[in-house]
Amino acid sequence: MLYTDKVMDHFTNPRNVGEIADADGVGEVGNAKCGDIMKMYLKIKNGVIEDVKFKTFGCGAAIATSSMATEMIKGKSIEDALKLSNKAVVEALEGLPPAKIHCSVLAEQAVKAALSDYYTKLGIDPAPIVGDIGDCEACHVH
Amino acid sequence: MAEKRFVYADNSATTRISDPVLEAMLPWLKEGYGNASSIYRKGREACAAMENARNQVERALGASISKHEGPTEIYFTSGGSEADNWAIKGVAHTLAKKGKKHIVTSVFEHHAVLHTCASLEKEGFEVTYLPVDAMGMIHAEEVEKAIREDTALVSIMYANNEIGTIQPIAEIGAICHRHGVLFHTDAVQAVGNVEIDVKAQNIDLLSLSAHKLHGPKGVGALYCRRGILLPNLIDGGGQERGHRAGTENIAGIVGLGVAIEAACADIPARAARLKVLRDKLIRAFDGFDHTRLNGDPVHRLPGSVNFSFLGVEGESLLLSLDGAGISASSGSACTSGSLDPSHVLLSLGLTHEWAHGSLRLSFSDENTEADADYIIEVLPDIIRRLRAMSPLWERIITE
Repeated sequence: MLYTDKVMDHFTNPRNVGEIADADGVGEVGNAKCGDIMKMYLKIKNGVIEDVKFKTFGCGAAIATSSMATEMIKGKSIEDALKLSNKAVVEALEGLPPAKIHCSVLAEQAVKAALSDYYTKLGIDPAPIVGDIGDCEACHVH
Repeated sequence: MAEKRFVYADNSATTRISDPVLEAMLPWLKEGYGNASSIYRKGREACAAMENARNQVERALGASISKHEGPTEIYFTSGGSEADNWAIKGVAHTLAKKGKKHIVTSVFEHHAVLHTCASLEKEGFEVTYLPVDAMGMIHAEEVEKAIREDTALVSIMYANNEIGTIQPIAEIGAICHRHGVLFHTDAVQAVGNVEIDVKAQNIDLLSLSAHKLHGPKGVGALYCRRGILLPNLIDGGGQERGHRAGTENIAGIVGLGVAIEAACADIPARAARLKVLRDKLIRAFDGFDHTRLNGDPVHRLPGSVNFSFLGVEGESLLLSLDGAGISASSGSACTSGSLDPSHVLLSLGLTHEWAHGSLRLSFSDENTEADADYIIEVLPDIIRRLRAMSPLWERIITE
């Protein structure tokens, strides 16, 4: 199995690792049984993602996709962040092995889960805005 | 921080071909290109080299020495998987004609055995998969209990490839013989690490592979006790007494012969040397936070350790180790290419969380104490770094 240089770079030097103590939205997807858990923290101001941090338990691809996803949404509007697709993450990483595509799905879901939490905290129903996040089991069906 | 070095610690996966093995092989890839079936000198020389290698394998296993003691019991194959397939399917198909359609094996065999058994189940054979205990040991009395009137074969691995536990093979062999059941063992990991005597241990069929012994890839052997008739694996010419046709891979076979002779020349000394490295690691990680040693601490291969580090995922551990120059392996789902972590680790009763964090380090003659020291130096920081970014670890330590 081959990882691209980009994946290896994001695995070896992951961007935005950590936590945000006063995060406006926190999302966690995946489970220990499957071997991947992603947790994403967002700091949002005026509809813009000012800061983002993540923690991931998982394989090289899980760490790299989390890192790339945080880079892709940092400084972007919520609208843009909601448009982040797993495909875009895969492309930004210059490809992933077929068995690892589910990691990119997880990264997309982690962003959405964190935004969902953000809206919930504001007392707004996230479902019409964020949409269906999907569950972990579904992401394994390639 | 230690100076970066390259440490190959995945010798249970494969080994580097040794210089003597390579040197012995090269002439058979150059001027010794004759077909072993040919009558002229080049053919005769190739044939003699092959038969010499066969004697080397026979001596290493305690099999009958061909020519002096009758026909051979050693068949060269493309490796361990082929030998496993041939032994199990061959015995099953032969004895099915006598109404024996039951096989006993264990839950934590290599896939070459498990998938072969699964394929036989589809054909209507019944397979009993014996459990292993938490230490990764099979109990001989469980084998005895599983044997039935219609049992054709018991197939139990000699030493487990992931956790390195060594099974009570002689005891199981004795039980099988008492009940008139054939006994096969996949000894791919065991050859060269433990003393094997197929006659004394009542082993009827045994699979082995050259590349685990500093030999070449693509060559192995099946020991099949005289009197056991296996169906032909490949029909064609008369090679391997007509059972496995095809022009022989003389260079590979010569390599296997030299490799197995070297590996079995002084097993106690070799094992003692490897145990120093192994036990150094075991001691170093004994008591390390949320860490366990998988497999029996004593009844295990001299050069193999398997740890689980909770809160860390195996593949990212391997990639990090690779970054530090260390080659190792894991039984995590991500490295097995499936959604589930290794069936071996789960068979010990490990939860998925523990199984995902597994790491196997396996040494060979080419490793030194400095290799073990280097691993001990760099591994803790890698684990701490991965745990620091792991939400699973965060959950574990806050609970």
